[in-house]
Amino acid sequence: MSLRIVVCVKYVPDATGDRQFTEDLTVNRDDVDGLLSELDEYAVEQALQIADEADDAEITVLTVGPEDAKDALRKALSMGADKAIHVEDDDLHGSDVMATSLVLAKAIEKAGYDLVITGMASTDGTMGVLPAILAERLGVPQVTLLSEVKVEDGVVTGRRDGDSASEQLEASLPALVSVTDQSGEARYPSFKGIMAAKKKPVESWDLEELDIESDEVGLEGSWTAVDSATQRPARTAGTIVKDEGEGGKQLAAFLAEQKFI
Amino acid sequence: MAEVLVYVDHVDGAVRKPTLELLTLARRIGEPVAVALGAGAEATAAVLAEHGAVKVLTADAPEFSDYLVVPKVDALQAAYDAVSPAAVLVPSSAEGKEIAARLAVRIGSGIITDATDLEAGDEGPVATQAAFAASFSTKSRVSKGTPVITVKPNSAPVEAAPAAGTVEALAVTFGALATGTKVTSRTPRESTGRPELTEAAIVVSGGRGVNGAENFHIIEALADSLGAAVGASRAAVDAGWYPHSNQVGQTGKSVSPQLYIASGISGAIQHRAGMQTSKTIVAINKDAEAPIFDLVDYGVVGDLFAVVPQLTDEIKARKG
Ligand SMILES: Cc1cc2nc3c(=O)[nH]c(=O)nc-3n(C[C@H](O)[C@H](O)[C@H](O)COP(=O)(O)OP(=O)(O)OC[C@H]3O[C@@H](n4cnc5c(N)ncnc54)[C@H](O)[C@@H]3O)c2cc1C
Ligand SMILES: Nc1ncnc2c1ncn2[C@@H]1O[C@H](COP(=O)(O)O)[C@@H](O)[C@H]1O
Repeated sequence: MSLRIVVCVKYVPDATGDRQFTEDLTVNRDDVDGLLSELDEYAVEQALQIADEADDAEITVLTVGPEDAKDALRKALSMGADKAIHVEDDDLHGSDVMATSLVLAKAIEKAGYDLVITGMASTDGTMGVLPAILAERLGVPQVTLLSEVKVEDGVVTGRRDGDSASEQLEASLPALVSVTDQSGEARYPSFKGIMAAKKKPVESWDLEELDIESDEVGLEGSWTAVDSATQRPARTAGTIVKDEGEGGKQLAAFLAEQKFI
Repeated sequence: MAEVLVYVDHVDGAVRKPTLELLTLARRIGEPVAVALGAGAEATAAVLAEHGAVKVLTADAPEFSDYLVVPKVDALQAAYDAVSPAAVLVPSSAEGKEIAARLAVRIGSGIITDATDLEAGDEGPVATQAAFAASFSTKSRVSKGTPVITVKPNSAPVEAAPAAGTVEALAVTFGALATGTKVTSRTPRESTGRPELTEAAIVVSGGRGVNGAENFHIIEALADSLGAAVGASRAAVDAGWYPHSNQVGQTGKSVSPQLYIASGISGAIQHRAGMQTSKTIVAINKDAEAPIFDLVDYGVVGDLFAVVPQLTDEIKARKG
């Protein structure tokens, strides 16, 4: 039987760009170029490796996001995923993690799955909680923050390097896995992969197809509210000295003056 | 007065500092009721009482260590049902965030993660967060349900505020999902004897400029002269020079110490994301154009192999 893998990928503003908020205090997605979150490339990579080891597997990449988010799906398809689902609806604008996770969970259930793979966190929101929430919503084991992952005979195993210990984990499929950036460099799409991706199916679903009411998502349906966002004042320019043989001593003098010594 | 649940992060009964900081914040909103789980849970009570816990709910069961995250969610939910708190505060560790998030879904509440400050507000607690690699500061609230908020280390002072700290056993029934993910083995991280990276008052980090695992002792010696924790950039970690558990940045630890010293680190946006909120920032880099110098209070343009040992010697000399 075929192993059905769904990989959740997010389209995010480039972290090296000048990221801003819009007037309604949502992430400004217009003025900075978007891309497939680098941390989700690791998820796609692990899906491809797991699929390689399986007798028969199919990888679906899934995103919830605006029109441009198709770029993220294309990139994942060109890396080697088989097909893509884009959940897109005007009412989704401003969704928080609870709303987004609801949509993802419904879409994953509709798509059908044995294994869901996500990145460790998105590079714009950086909450890192969506994987745990998805596992809760789907009612499947969460095998998260893995730096190593393997699937064999319907069982997923992996290593989680936690704060105080490194743990070896095990769960039966269906399950949800999230992988860290320690799990192995993601491959670059080959020219062949890029050409092939153009012919791969990309389905578009809206909220109606997922039986979700518009007031369950978006700014309205979100369970958190941002009241203000202020740019931190640039740090005031500090003292910069060139080392002419006394740099270490000068620095020590500064630290002493600041009472660190 | 409303009660506020505080999830206790402890190692065999030794309460970690971020939990005491949470008690300070919880007292701004209501009366802290602590929830301590696993081996040594009851031993946490004395310290928690000293810092304001009116009650300490404890539970121990093999499930807490044998299975990932979910048993702890079941227990925290039991505490939530027993107390009906005004808010739930959890330390922002990787595990803490997962526990908080799952609880929030179950109780139908919104969640705020990685708060760096918390105040009482007319419509519930208002959390301060850093966004976009800490270039923005936002204020947000939970608008549905009981606020569930995870708080980063070093977000509040630890304050003595003696309270009863009455220990009560918490009855927990584990759900079907509790045993979904088995922990088949656990290798505790070896202690270095240095302060915990996220809790340290001073962090000394090395990057690609350190140029080899064999040179990291220069960074460690400086750290030890200041009683500091050691951090590393991802470049240094990826090269295998220093463990990943010491990585500072977006995909490593986020630190907010009184003093951050970066040596041989360029200051990429992902590194900044984890250290930009440090109070005082110092850098040593041989490239005067390195972006890290935009952040510093004091910078030395020079070779770290000359500057860092001289600095360490001078600190030792001054300390006598
Ligand atoms: C999704 C994603 C997540 C990431 N997460 C993180 C993260 O969590 N943490 C992180 O740090 N990075 C992270 N990065 C990587 C980040 O983009 C940078 O590549 C990394 O921070 C660079 O490390 P560095 O400053 O040590 O190395 P470099 O950028 O190579 O800088 C080395 C610096 O050392 C200086 N130098 C060299 N020799 C000497 C000498 N003898 N004396 C003094 N100075 C010297 C050089 O002038 C240079 O400025 C992430 C990247 C991505 C895409
Ligand atoms: N809008 C989205 N569409 C698809 N996947 C997402 C979306 N948002 C988050 N994810 C997934 O959830 C992970 C963690 O996200 P977060 O909790 O937002 O940091 C990411 O690495 C993605 O795999």
